[in-house]
Amino acid sequence: MPALFRRVDETGRRPVRLIVDGHEIDALEGDTLLTALLTNGHRLRRNEFDGKPRAGFCLMGACQDCWLWTETGEELRACSTEVRDDMRIVTQEVPWLNP
Amino acid sequence: MAESLIVVGAGPAGTRAAERLVQAGLRPVVIDENERQGGQIYRRQPENFNRPPEKLYGTEAARARALHADFEALRPHIDYRPGTTVWGVAEEGLLAVRGSTVTTLPFSAIIIASGATDRIMPLPGWTIPGVYSLGASQIALKAQACTIGGAPVFMGTGPLLYLVAWQYMRAGVKPAAVLDTSSLATRLRGLRGMMSRARVVANGVHYMADLARAGVPLHAGITPLRVEGREDGVTGVAWQDARGRLRRTACDAVGTGYGLRAETQLADLLKCMFAFDPRFTQWRPQVDPDGRTSQPDVYLAGDGVLLRGADAAEAAGRLAACALLQDRRIAVAPDEIVGLRKSLSTLDRFAGGLAKAFPWPAHLAAALPDDTVVCRCENVTAGDIRHAATALDSPEINRAKALMRPGMGRCQGRMCGLAAAEVLAAARGVPVDKVGRIRSAAPLKPLPLDCRIAP
Repeated sequence: MPALFRRVDETGRRPVRLIVDGHEIDALEGDTLLTALLTNGHRLRRNEFDGKPRAGFCLMGACQDCWLWTETGEELRACSTEVRDDMRIVTQEVPWLNP
Repeated sequence: MAESLIVVGAGPAGTRAAERLVQAGLRPVVIDENERQGGQIYRRQPENFNRPPEKLYGTEAARARALHADFEALRPHIDYRPGTTVWGVAEEGLLAVRGSTVTTLPFSAIIIASGATDRIMPLPGWTIPGVYSLGASQIALKAQACTIGGAPVFMGTGPLLYLVAWQYMRAGVKPAAVLDTSSLATRLRGLRGMMSRARVVANGVHYMADLARAGVPLHAGITPLRVEGREDGVTGVAWQDARGRLRRTACDAVGTGYGLRAETQLADLLKCMFAFDPRFTQWRPQVDPDGRTSQPDVYLAGDGVLLRGADAAEAAGRLAACALLQDRRIAVAPDEIVGLRKSLSTLDRFAGGLAKAFPWPAHLAAALPDDTVVCRCENVTAGDIRHAATALDSPEINRAKALMRPGMGRCQGRMCGLAAAEVLAAARGVPVDKVGRIRSAAPLKPLPLDCRIAP
C-alpha cells in the first residue's frame, strides 16, 4: 500500500535524512515533519484514549492532532515543524525522566 | 508615553491593518503564528520551493503577490514576530510563546486578525488516517506540493469544496467525487446575495463545469453516513443521495468541511462581548461596522470575527486600523472610511448569500450514532454528550464539558465545539444559541512544560 500523502511537484529539493522510531526515512528540505512521515507511511502517532493511529487533521496548528516527540522528549507539532538533517523522532510519548 | 500597538495575525486582515498603522507613522508589533507571512488562504510555500503564485493561488494570484510584496515593504517599519503564538492575557500584556520562550508584550491597543478554521461536522470514521479538513487538503498542496491521497472524496458544503477539488485535478490527482450536503434548490436561495460578486460566482461555476467535464461525480443534497477504512487508511465513504438511496464511493482519502469557524479565543480572553450570529450560526464577538469591540482599545478584523473571506479581510483590516487611529485623534480622511465601508457592504451581501446557499447542516449532529467520536482529542462520543444532556441534566455546553469533557482536550473545542453544541441542543430540544459557547481559557494552545520567561 502506498504512503498516505503523494508528492505532486517540487521534488527537486535537497534530500534530508531523519530517524523515526529508530529507522532512517528520506524527506526533502522544506518538508514539515508531517509531510516527511506521511510520504513514508500511514500515521504520525496513536491517540492516547483508544490507541488508534492518527495522521493529523487541520495542518494549520489548530487541531493538536499531530504531536510527535524527539528522542529526548521534546514535543513537536508535526504540521508546523520543518525537518532537519539527523532529527531523531519517536511516535510514542517519551516517559518523563527525573532530572 | 509611546504607543505600543499590536496586530495579531499576518494574513490579509493583519497585513492591511499593520500597513495602515505604518502609513500613520506608527510602528506596530505584528505577531504571526506562521513562520512566513500570508495567513492561510495566501499561505506561502517554503523559500526553496519554485512554483509561481499563479500555480498556488489561481485567480487570486495578483492579490496574493500584492499582499506578500506589500508586507515585505513593511518589514523595516514593524516589529515582526513570526512563529509566535499568543496563548494568554496578563495584567502586563499579551503572553506569547516562540519555541519554549515566553514573552510578555504590553500594549495600549490591539487589532486581532486571528482568522478562521474549517467548520467540522463529525462523522463515523472521521478519525481514520487520511481524513483531513478541506483547509488541510489545500494546505498540503499549496505549502507542501502534496495531496492527501491519490483518489480523494471531498465532502461537506461550501465553495471551498469545488475549489480544492479543482486544484487537486489540476495537480494531476482526480477526485473520486465531490459530495455536497447543500441541494441545488438551496443554492439558488443564496444566488441573489452571491450575485453581488458575479465574477466569483462565475469562477465557481467554471470549477464545477471543469470537474464535471473531467468525469468527477458531483452530487448535491447528499447525507454523509460514514468513512470506511482500516488502521492504515481510508477505503471509502458511505452516503445517501438526494433521493435517499444508499451509495458508496471508493476512495483513499477524504477532505471535509462545512464553511468556516472564526478563531475568537483571544477576543474572549480580552473580555469582548459575544453574541450569537444567526447568519453564520455561531457565536462571535460583537463589533461596530469598523471593527470596534465592547472593550476599549481592542479591535477585530477579518474572518476571526466575520466570515466574509479574504477580500473583505483586507478591507476590514485597514478599516479597523482607521478606527484605532480615529479613536486616538489621529486624522483619517472621511472618504477612506466611507470607501472601505462601502466595499465591505458588497462583500457582506456576498457572504450572506454564500451562507444561505451552503448552510451548516446542523440536523446531521442530531442524527450522529451514539458511538461517533465528536471530540477527536479525547474520543468523547455523541452518546457521551447526550448523556450529559439528559441523565446529567446539563443545560449548556460548559456544564456538559465539565461533566463529560467534550472540548476539554488539547484543541479546546476548535474542531468539535460547534458540533458538540448542536448535539447537546438537539438532545435538550432547544435552539443551539440556548446552550451557549465553550469559554476560552489560557493557554489557548499547548505550551511546553520547560518554557522559559524571556528577560
